[in-house]
Parts: sequence; C-alpha cells; structure tokens
Amino acid sequence: MPPRQRSTISLDLVGPARPGVRVPGLGRFLCATRTERREWVLAFFLLLPALTMLGVFVAYPFVRGIWLSLLDSVVGHEGEFVGVTNFVKLWYDSIFRRTTANTFIYTGAATVLKLALGMAVALMVNNLLSFKRLLRASMLLPWIVPTVLSTLAWKWMFDPTFSIVNWIFYHLGFIRVRVDWLGGPMAAMSSVILVNVWRGTPFFAITLLAGLQTINPDIHEAAAIDGANAWQRFWRVTWPLLMPVTLVVVLFSVIMTFADFQLVYILTGGGPANSTHLFATYAYQIGVATGKLGEGAAASLAMFPFLFLVVLFQLWYIRRGDSGKGGA
Amino acid sequence: MAQVGGGRWRRWLYLYLPLGLFVIVTLFPFYYMAVTAIRPDREMYIPWNRPHFAPFWTLRPTLEHFALLFRETLFARWLANTLIIATCSTAISLFCGLLAAYALARLRFPLGGALGTGIFVTYLVPQTLLFLPLGEVIRSFRLGDSLWSLILTYPTFLIPFCTWLMMGYFRTIPRELEECAQIDGATRIQAMVRIIFPVATPGILSAGIFAFTLSWNEFIYALVFLSSATQKTVPVGVVSELVRGDTFFWGPLMAGALLGSVPVAFIYSFFVEQYVSAMTGAVKG
Repeated sequence: MPPRQRSTISLDLVGPARPGVRVPGLGRFLCATRTERREWVLAFFLLLPALTMLGVFVAYPFVRGIWLSLLDSVVGHEGEFVGVTNFVKLWYDSIFRRTTANTFIYTGAATVLKLALGMAVALMVNNLLSFKRLLRASMLLPWIVPTVLSTLAWKWMFDPTFSIVNWIFYHLGFIRVRVDWLGGPMAAMSSVILVNVWRGTPFFAITLLAGLQTINPDIHEAAAIDGANAWQRFWRVTWPLLMPVTLVVVLFSVIMTFADFQLVYILTGGGPANSTHLFATYAYQIGVATGKLGEGAAASLAMFPFLFLVVLFQLWYIRRGDSGKGGA
Repeated sequence: MAQVGGGRWRRWLYLYLPLGLFVIVTLFPFYYMAVTAIRPDREMYIPWNRPHFAPFWTLRPTLEHFALLFRETLFARWLANTLIIATCSTAISLFCGLLAAYALARLRFPLGGALGTGIFVTYLVPQTLLFLPLGEVIRSFRLGDSLWSLILTYPTFLIPFCTWLMMGYFRTIPRELEECAQIDGATRIQAMVRIIFPVATPGILSAGIFAFTLSWNEFIYALVFLSSATQKTVPVGVVSELVRGDTFFWGPLMAGALLGSVPVAFIYSFFVEQYVSAMTGAVKG
C-alpha cells in the first residue's frame, strides 16, 4: 500500500523510530522520549473504555465460569468446591456424549453444505449481467432477520399436522405419506442442519462474491486460452486465489455453528428425547432449566478446547498472511 | 466462467434456473410468515393433505392476529425495549470501539499488538460460552431482569467487532491528513476528533448499522437475563409468551415475527451497501 510506505516521514513527529530494536519492559519505558510517553498515555486513555468493558464482562466472567464449573452450585446456593466432579459427571453422561457427537456432526455437515452452496451461488451471481444488486440484496434476508423469528417460521413450516413442506412435496410427487420433520432423531437433526444452511449460505455467498470480484478476469481468460475447461479453471485458478477469504469465512462460521443455540432451542428444544442437543442448548438445559449452575458452566466450557484450537489456527493464519503481504 | 458462445438455454440451465430456485427457497419462509400472519384461524388449521386447500394465499385476510398481539401481549413494550437496548448498546460500542481502534491503528505503544490480538480474540468468543457465569456477574451487580443487563453486556460482542472494523477503516485514511493538521498547530487529539473521525463517517455508519442488527437479533443473553414480561425483547417475548407448553399460537407468532423483522429489514434496505461492506470487511479483517 503506497500511503503506508510514505508514512515513514511521520516518524519524526511521533518520536524516534527504532525499527528492529526491541528494548524490553521497563528499559523501554525509561528510554522513551517525552513525545513517545505522551503517546502512550493517550493510547492508554483511548483504550481504557473498551478494555474496561471487555475486562468486566468477558475476562472476569470467563474466570468466574471456570471457577463455577468447579463448584456444585445450584440456583440460590453458592455451592462448594468439588474439583472436576462436574466434568467427570458429564464424561459419563450418555446425553452429553450424544451432544458432543451432535455438535460435531452439525458443525461439519452445515459448514460443508454452506460452503458448497455459497460458492455455487457466488459463482453464479458473479456471472450474472443484470439483477446482481437485487439478488444480493434479497438473498441476505435470512442473515439479517432475527434468527429466532425466522426459525419460528421454519418450525411452523415443519409442523407435524399442518406442514406446508409436506404439502409441497406431496403435490410435487416426492412423498406419499406424511413426514414428521422434527419427529425422529435423524429427521430432526437433518431439519436443524437444513435451517442452519438456509440461514448461513447468504453469508458465505456474499463474502465469497466479494472475494471473487477481486480476482482479475484476465487470469481466467489466459487459462481459457491455454485450454483449461470451466471445471479446471475453477479448481486451478479461482479456488486457490479465493483460499484466504474462504478459510476466514469457514473458520468464522465453524465457531458460530459450533456454539449455536437459537436454532436448536426453537426447532426441537434438544428433543426428541434429548437427541438433538448441542453444547449450548444442553448447557442451558442443565444450567437454567434445571438450575444446576456448576454443571451447566462445565457443559458450556466443554466447547472451549475446540474453539481455542480454531481461534489459534485463525490467528496463525492471519499472522502468516500479514507477513506475506509485508505487514498491513 | 462466462459462457459466451454456450447458447441461451445453457445460461438458463446453469444460471437462471438454479439461482431462481435458490431465491425462492431463500425468501419462501418470509412469504409464508406473512401469509400466516394475515390468515384467519379457521383457515389455518386445515390438515395439509385436504383437497382444495390453498396454503399459499388467503382470500379473507385479517388483522386479528396483529390486534391480539397488541391487545393481549406487551408487544409494543417489547419493541420499545429492543429498540432502546439496541440503540444504547450500539452507541456505547461505537464510542469504545472508535477510540480503541484509533489507538490500535495509529499510535505506537508497548503491547499494542498484543492488545489488538486480544480484542480480536474476544470477537470470536461466542455468547453461549459465557452466558451462565455472565448471568452470575449480572446478578451480583444487581442488574438482573433490567434493560441495563443487556445494554451493558451486548457491547462485549459489539466492541470487538466495531474496533476491528474501524481499525481497517483508519488504515485506509492517509496519515498525511493528520500530519498536516498537526503541522498547522492542532494537537493530536484535535486532529483525531476534527479530521479523522469525520473522514471515517462511512466506516462508523457501517459499524453502527451492523452492531444495531446484531443487538436486535441477540437471543440467549436476553433469554437468560430477563424474566419479567415488561422487560423482554421481541425475540424472547414472542417465544415465551406466545408458546404455552406445546401450544403454539401460530397466527400471532407469525405476526410478531413479521413485525420484529421489519425494523432490521427496513434499515438494511436503506444501507445494503454499508451492510455488505461491514460484513465482508469484518471477515477480511
């Protein structure tokens, strides 16, 4: 980026630049010039509101959550320290095991489907000559409307007795008898995944579309002249060039899908017979519905290791990309 | 993959047909929500396999569900609550995020990089990870069951987002702009407030719109922190008051869902471009 390179001039104003030289801790503070120190003070005050909010309502609850998971608290009782009993209990809890499997299946299936569909839609919209804006605007609707409210519409569409989906499929000749979309464990899980895909695909499509539009069409033309067919052009040109955007979107979506609550809470409430719980809904059921705060906190903390790995991977990837671009 | 010579039918088969199907599936739930909201009850509960049943439209539209919503429930109150919460938490988040982003993007200070990473990481902390201990914290601050519990906790996921978005935006503003102001005698803070913030207005607008929709749509904190009917937000109120055990009052439910979606859809329709840029900008970092 040209403006960033020219900005070295500004270093004279904000104090001596010592690129590469890293004076640690206190020494750095003592060596600092007055302008430098003034800048630190300003930075401190500018960051103070944000860090206070995040400290009080994220960092502190996180520590408290870990503490809570080690207590046998129930609503109204402080509880006593019980070590890892809550986690051990969860480990032997068959519903929790089912929940763990569900969460991974849900995340995996939904993410793959959203990526495939989102990519297809992005490619198609990118090829449209007209209606591009209209299409982009209308397909984002599932993403912006409150999830709970649109999920209620789906619940109504899946209603065991009055299902419009059944009506449509029956009249199209796909089914002969009534399907209870949320009735059995398999059907319910598939329906929940379907609604998640419906809701998440626009996000994938829009971001991938934005990525596609940065790819120079000349590269495609060159590949076409060299005899590559559409399929090869996608896998050899578009896919690798789109990889950075794709990876960020996928990782972000994995985190959100993995920690999802609303869809399952509305559609099945974890049922039938606790067969469709995700970590979040199960933690809610234990912690809020039955009031066992300690166990509930443990169940929601069970999400942490996986989320941590994903975030770590994402940070690593962003760092790598930054150094590749020459620091942005 | 432009199919220039591929002929018209191929364009239809590979482009218009699948895209058309996609749009229909995408929008159908909203259409059905709207139809249900105006369909009279006696027409609604007809088994799906009955002949001569026209589920896609109604010839006797009614507003009785909307009337019930406002007469029998506190829907208007919930709308007001949601609006207040979304507006206040967006304002707090924009204020905190704007200042933090400026510091992280423009100033040099020890631990700057680490703090930036820290804020980025909190952006990725899902609400469902912390809702139980956060509920405890809220209770110990005596904020339980009040709008404040949400006004103060929504910024936890909005500030990181705003900061991140604004950092990206500040980086596109050339430093020369501030330097000129400073050479002309403005202090750093004056240059920041008078020169940089106004230039960053489009970015602030994007972040604000996105933050507003995010807090309008939030569910689990509102579900856990609020209990009395007068304090509820639209999503929580609709779900908890119009579902009694296994009985779903589908007409008012869909009317409520429709009305709860309209404000965000309305804002969105005016600022599609900002919204999309905020969304894609947030992902690209």
